[in-house]
Amino acid sequence: MSTHKARSLFDPAIAVPAAMDSLKKLDPRHQIKNPVMFVVFIGSILTTGLYFQALRGHGEASASFILAITLWLWFTLIFANFAEAMAEGRGKAQAANLKKARKDTPAKKLSKPHYGAKYETASAATLHKGDVVLVETGDFIPMDGEIIEGVASVDESAITGESAPVIREAGGDRSAVTGGTRVLSDWLVVRISSNPGETFLDRMIAMVEGAKRQKTPNEIALNILLAALTIVLFWATVTLLPYSIYSVVTAGKGTVVTVTVLVALLVCLIPTTIGGLLSAIGIAGMDRMIQANVIAMSGRAVEAAGDVDVLLLDKTGTITLGNRQAVAFIPAQDVTKEELADAAQLASLSDETPEGRSIVVLAKEKYGIRERKIHELGATFIPFTAQTRMSGVDLGNGREIRKGSSDAIEAYVQKSGGSFPADLRSNIDSISKGGGTPLVVAEHSRVLGVIQLKDIVKGGIKERFAELRRMGIKTIMITGDNPLTAAAIAAEAGMDDFLAQATPETKLKLIRDMQSGGRLVAMTGDGTNDAPALAQADVAVAMNTGTQAAKEAGNMVDLDSNPTKLIEVVQIGKQLLMTRGSLTTFSIANDVSKYFAIIPAAFVSTYPVLGKLNIMHLASPESAVLSAIIFNAIIIVALIPLALRGIRYKPMPASRLLRDNILIYGIGGIIAPFIGIKLIDMLLVALHLT
Amino acid sequence: MSTNDYIQCFIYMAVLLLLAKPLGIYMARVMEGESRANRWFKPAESFIYKVCGVNPARAEMNWKTYAVAFMAFNALGIFVVYAIQRLQNILPLNPMGMAAVSADSSFNTAISFATNTNWQGYGGESTLSYFTQMIALGVQNFVSAASGIAVLFAVIRGFIRKQTENIGNFWMDLVRSTLYILLPLSIVSATLLVSQGVPQTFKPSPKASLVQPTSYDQPVTDKDGKPVLDEKGQPKTQKAMLTEQVIAVGPVASQIAIKQLGTNGGGYYNANSAHPLENPTPFSNFVEMLSLTLIAAALCCSFGYRVKDTRQGWALLIAMTIIFVPLLWVCTHSEQTGNPLLAKMGIDQSATALQPGGNMEGKETRFGIVSSTIWASATTAVSNGSVNSMHDSFTPLGGLVPMWLMELGEVVYGGVGSGLYGMLAFVIVAVFVGGLMVGRTPEYLGKKIESYEMKMASIMILIPPILAVLGTAIAVVAPGGKANIFNPGIHGFSEVLYAFSSTSNNNGSAFAGLGANNIFYNTILGICMFFARYWLAIPILAIAGSLAKKKIVPVSSGTLPTHTPLFIFFLVGIVILVGALTFFPALALGPIVEHLTLAAV
Repeated sequence: MSTHKARSLFDPAIAVPAAMDSLKKLDPRHQIKNPVMFVVFIGSILTTGLYFQALRGHGEASASFILAITLWLWFTLIFANFAEAMAEGRGKAQAANLKKARKDTPAKKLSKPHYGAKYETASAATLHKGDVVLVETGDFIPMDGEIIEGVASVDESAITGESAPVIREAGGDRSAVTGGTRVLSDWLVVRISSNPGETFLDRMIAMVEGAKRQKTPNEIALNILLAALTIVLFWATVTLLPYSIYSVVTAGKGTVVTVTVLVALLVCLIPTTIGGLLSAIGIAGMDRMIQANVIAMSGRAVEAAGDVDVLLLDKTGTITLGNRQAVAFIPAQDVTKEELADAAQLASLSDETPEGRSIVVLAKEKYGIRERKIHELGATFIPFTAQTRMSGVDLGNGREIRKGSSDAIEAYVQKSGGSFPADLRSNIDSISKGGGTPLVVAEHSRVLGVIQLKDIVKGGIKERFAELRRMGIKTIMITGDNPLTAAAIAAEAGMDDFLAQATPETKLKLIRDMQSGGRLVAMTGDGTNDAPALAQADVAVAMNTGTQAAKEAGNMVDLDSNPTKLIEVVQIGKQLLMTRGSLTTFSIANDVSKYFAIIPAAFVSTYPVLGKLNIMHLASPESAVLSAIIFNAIIIVALIPLALRGIRYKPMPASRLLRDNILIYGIGGIIAPFIGIKLIDMLLVALHLT
Repeated sequence: MSTNDYIQCFIYMAVLLLLAKPLGIYMARVMEGESRANRWFKPAESFIYKVCGVNPARAEMNWKTYAVAFMAFNALGIFVVYAIQRLQNILPLNPMGMAAVSADSSFNTAISFATNTNWQGYGGESTLSYFTQMIALGVQNFVSAASGIAVLFAVIRGFIRKQTENIGNFWMDLVRSTLYILLPLSIVSATLLVSQGVPQTFKPSPKASLVQPTSYDQPVTDKDGKPVLDEKGQPKTQKAMLTEQVIAVGPVASQIAIKQLGTNGGGYYNANSAHPLENPTPFSNFVEMLSLTLIAAALCCSFGYRVKDTRQGWALLIAMTIIFVPLLWVCTHSEQTGNPLLAKMGIDQSATALQPGGNMEGKETRFGIVSSTIWASATTAVSNGSVNSMHDSFTPLGGLVPMWLMELGEVVYGGVGSGLYGMLAFVIVAVFVGGLMVGRTPEYLGKKIESYEMKMASIMILIPPILAVLGTAIAVVAPGGKANIFNPGIHGFSEVLYAFSSTSNNNGSAFAGLGANNIFYNTILGICMFFARYWLAIPILAIAGSLAKKKIVPVSSGTLPTHTPLFIFFLVGIVILVGALTFFPALALGPIVEHLTLAAV
């Protein structure tokens, strides 16, 4: 995964070993896992036996005809195996890249869990959960862990494919490190959080290799339907033998239909196209996720992604640019803009929050107020606390400047005997209603004015949400803001709903309420406080930059840490289901033409009038049966690219999707084989093969 | 087809569809105790519960309990019908002194009537006493139909309830569907039929001397009732003389009313509704044809009403009608066109003021072509099986239509209750494939369709065709089966296929030409009827139980809509494709080859 470039569909590096694998997969123990293909397997063995019987001169038909049918039956199996091997091969190639990152690195195991303690060098393979290691410039991080001390830039390209280094530091939401990544500068003290073989990398490799691939619920249900169709068609075909015997006796002419033709008919009728491609489609779905740089922890999660009804998105960093920015100074009566800007700048000089910095920037850009050094002014910075809900500065000359929420400042000025100017209230309200955050600035008892802070909605995000709405997915913004602000931002970003003043509990409750209403909820998150909600959500995408807790709670990890990635995830999930559904329809629709090829061929000797059903005018009964079975085998190969790529999904209402797919795969599935079988027949005649 | 044919078909369909909505809503309300009728007849209903010792108000059932009640009740029914037939010679109300029925015939008839199939291997008026007709068969005519309606409403509850185990009470559903639906409609229908001259009496049958005694060829039968064949393989006959005729009467009208309404189809007379006393006039014919399809079609509207989305009910009704109407057209067209062999001989088969034209063989002159083909199509579309003409004498394509309508699984209207729940199995498959095609875990009416539902729906869809093709295969090779095919050859094959298609889909219609009253056919057809009924009813109850436990997913634009023309088209496609795929080879060797042979001569 160190490369982002898409692999060409029939990359020889994958196709050649896949061709070998497709022969190995003829093992009955493998075949029995797929009921449809197992029927083909038994049929192939049966006709092979009939061929040897024919060679010894007791054949029910000419040996060459039985051989031709037998070979194409085996090809049908091999083609299906090839499709599966191709899909697996692509996964294996991904896994090989990952394995390179999992080389055994020496680790500096610390005797005490702090920087500077003595360490001994140990192999990464000997480390266990709870061990503490030191990682210095140039070292590989031996295993997944949590930083307990230090800040460092880390190259995570082995996992994410992103070459720009990322900052990892102790505490907060960026404290998780992944084994196999490399520290580029500084040092880290890391507490190992997993045992050997259980690391994130190990799980990724296991996933892409498909070692632990389990059938997903829809796949199981589809398998049941395919098995049921196979059983019905089996009996419909098998009973033709007694029917034929009866017909030959009563009509007094013709020959009884051969077992070879019946096997050919059965294989043509049972849904081999979807049966042969089913597992390839599933594996390819996982593969597409990986190409989108999302690691799904289970196939079930990929499938569930297609069903998502509600999408919960954290406002900050997802919908809006990370931080609110100051966009305007609105002075109170009798206060000039410059005076307000000056005070606001002073109060924010030592405020290292992004909001604080944006105030300084705005004061400089708009009012040319130069940045001053706080210690030169002999000032002391008053940091924000949850109790005061204000921050500010006490200048050496006795000036006290505070900025904070309107009610906090109101309390502050009233304490010093001042009053809150009424005209400012309407300004504050309009800022709130507009989705901004009002920050009131006061000096002692005098309120100077308001700084308007505003969330900046990311460019293009509104279009993405419109796309989701067309898919039928409701978007809900989660924010700690008050309802007014939340409503304004949600409206600006084009979201359907919002949860304001969110806490981990309210988030969890929202998800539970949605789920009890029957909705499937997807959520993205990165922080530890998101973990409970992630664990509750049906599809939970954790950001790779997030905490270990968040990654553990989610069922997918987005290596790009792009919160709108969920849209791709949903699309891939839908594609997976659509590919299965459409190929099933195609497979069943194909049967119509095969009847018209084989039924007249099988019974024309008894009832010559049945030749009228040979509407394709196939050359001979043998060429008709052979053409049908060849078409049946070749269509599997022809559809491998479609199975691996998935059918195209465009966001549109379900009714239109259904119409398009019925037209292409249903009606197309009825017509296409008529043409295909006729062409093959013509080719067989041209090559004198019949 | 003549204008007259179109007008008749149109009137029939129009009246049927107009009555579907009001009757559908009435049934939906009355089954849940919401109708005024519930208040009026509450004492009667409570009295029945009291006598039977059930307290349905406090005994909601989960699907397993419901299925056990359903099966136990049906097992009892089978046993009672069997016992009454075996003992009818010593039971009362036997003025004609009928003997006890043979064991295999009793077995077949018991299953046949309990499963709402009403396949008749025997001749009613010459085999059964009044007591057997009324107490054994008449009762089953009601309760087998009521069982079907009961199961359907349990299934509907599965769709509308959420997160519960319970799907209603079988005894209450049984009582209500009998008391409020079948009984009143039967009384109306029986009264109309009596007005047309259908007998309703306990008097013994009168005898009439023939004005002109006739002689006829009587097939010679051995002691098992099998025809004796001569050296050429043709049935041996002997001359017989007829001087007087027994005009069989009895409690006919009451039996006919419920046989039509309850999609039973077992006639009082062997000739069924072709018999002048069972169906005397064109008006009685219309009443009987209408009551054939009425309840089955109206139940679609009940479904829509109960799931609080009438469009869903109409969608199913329209899907059924879309399959029915073209097939009705093929059947009528084929019969009206007549026999190509006669056409080649220069015989005029066109409809004129003086002749009905077309293929009148086996049809009653008082009904003509179109009333016969509407009946033939309707009786097989609905799992009724009563006849007013002999399907065996239809042209090959005309006969293919009724056969294929049965082979579609009796879901085009279908049996009362069973038709709609059978259709719902197809809907589940259609929704599943369609749902996948739009990239979503399939759901129907807000209920997610998962592997359990798929498993059960698959069983429901695969059992009837397998029984039919397998049964036919056994019959055409087994000595006991072959010996009773009176028309060996293509037509004989069609007759066997028809018999198994009929019983394996609980229709009961017969193509005739097949000696079915013998141990071989009585047994094998009895088994087919048994499995076709119960192996479908139990899985659908299991689906109901599973659905009731689920949440209801709210609709979004990503949801596959199931009321649109597109979905209807898709559903029709699935029903036809499954029916066609399974039976095309068999049909090709029967009616299709027959048709091609006739056309080629």
